[in-house]
Amino acid sequence: MSFRLSYRADPGNPWFSWQYVRDNSDTILAALREHTSLTLRAVLIAVLIAVPLAVAAYWFRALAGPILAVTGVLYTIPSLALFAFLAPYLGIGVVTVLTVVVLYALLVIVRNALAGLTQVPPEVREAAEGMGYGRWGRLFRIDLPLALPGILTGLRLATVSTVALVTVGVVVGQGGLGQLIFAGFQNNFYKAQIMTGTLLCVLLALVFDLALAGAGWLLTPWLRRRSAA
Amino acid sequence: MTVATGPIEAALVWLNDPLNWTNPGGILDRTGEHLAISAAAVLLGCLVAWPIGLWLGHTGRGGGLVVLVANLTLAMPTLALLTILPLTFLGFGRPPVVVALAVFAIPPLLANAYTGVRAVDPEARDAARGMGFSSWQLLRRVELPLAVPYLAAGFRTAAVQVVATAALASFVNGGGLGQIIRAGFGLDIAAGGGQILAGGLLVAGLAMLVELVLALVERLVTPRPLRSRGRRAGRRAADAVSGA
Repeated sequence: MSFRLSYRADPGNPWFSWQYVRDNSDTILAALREHTSLTLRAVLIAVLIAVPLAVAAYWFRALAGPILAVTGVLYTIPSLALFAFLAPYLGIGVVTVLTVVVLYALLVIVRNALAGLTQVPPEVREAAEGMGYGRWGRLFRIDLPLALPGILTGLRLATVSTVALVTVGVVVGQGGLGQLIFAGFQNNFYKAQIMTGTLLCVLLALVFDLALAGAGWLLTPWLRRRSAA
Repeated sequence: MTVATGPIEAALVWLNDPLNWTNPGGILDRTGEHLAISAAAVLLGCLVAWPIGLWLGHTGRGGGLVVLVANLTLAMPTLALLTILPLTFLGFGRPPVVVALAVFAIPPLLANAYTGVRAVDPEARDAARGMGFSSWQLLRRVELPLAVPYLAAGFRTAAVQVVATAALASFVNGGGLGQIIRAGFGLDIAAGGGQILAGGLLVAGLAMLVELVLALVERLVTPRPLRSRGRRAGRRAADAVSGA
């Protein structure tokens, strides 16, 4: 991604300038699109790995300890160190950023999904068994729907922290809005550009969070009824 | 010079060069910087978060504020704070880096201080009141000592996080071990791969070391009868922060 930037003298507030936003809307939108797509891809991959892991830990209790321990260790590794471990092998590019971000999102989703699954009441589970549900039928029609609030909590936390973490991708030149922030810092400390990148980052996190909260509200009508009563 | 075959071998070669340790800006220098920045940030975080957290817990108000602070800092990119703060009155150099890192240390410190005081047995609080303790004495002589396991757990979480995040200070030339990784990325990936990997190992190693040392400290400052409870408590407070 290369950024074409135009600077113009803009008296007034040095921290924000519509002039800058107007003149560089292409660049800003490109960075925003990049950031959004990185976040979406990362969270999607993380969910596809984390939910099966949580189900495995739920079915085979012996696996729960190791799975949580490994994801926990991954979480203590500093983000820059993780980039440093992966970049020599995966190269400078999108794959490295995606891998790092996915690894961080894993722990949060696995832990919350597992917590959601273990909170399924035992009498519900027994009733499902009594009604003749097999292991898979029970998983898809009983366990996962009831664990949905837990999974969504994990998903929201993972998404918000992913939006923030993607900016560290500047170290391999793929930081989305981080690229904008960092370029602003390097180009004579251009405050308006840094601020625009930062605000968009926080806004993006907020939009994702609200969207997921809305999805959760739509997907769990039984919780709504309970809280209304 | 040995011909390095892969990144791991190149990293070992880089780590085995004594000059890389003792040079100005070498590993020893950078580790010292890293620890100095982290210590200052954690100290600043404690000075801000503990009094507020203890007071909020004591009055029993402001639980929403604690959650709000945690959520806001979760959404705030570290890179943004690191690049914004040097352009304010703080100026360039170490102060803005320390302040930026302290901001990210505050949520675990605040949440654990708040939870620690809230978790004090109400009977102990009533007994102290019955003995004629004033509100201030109650906080200082009953609630504060009983909250120590939580404070220690929060301190450990915050410190490990700060040591890990301090690597990012290298983006704004703030020093620390991240500088080694950044310098490696500045080279070609083929030439710098070893140095990048070596820097990563150093940063991760330092974070793990701090985690281990502070786990030990946490155990030592927790009174014996509170130990098993304290550990559970710490985890619960951490869950409260992460929303689990």
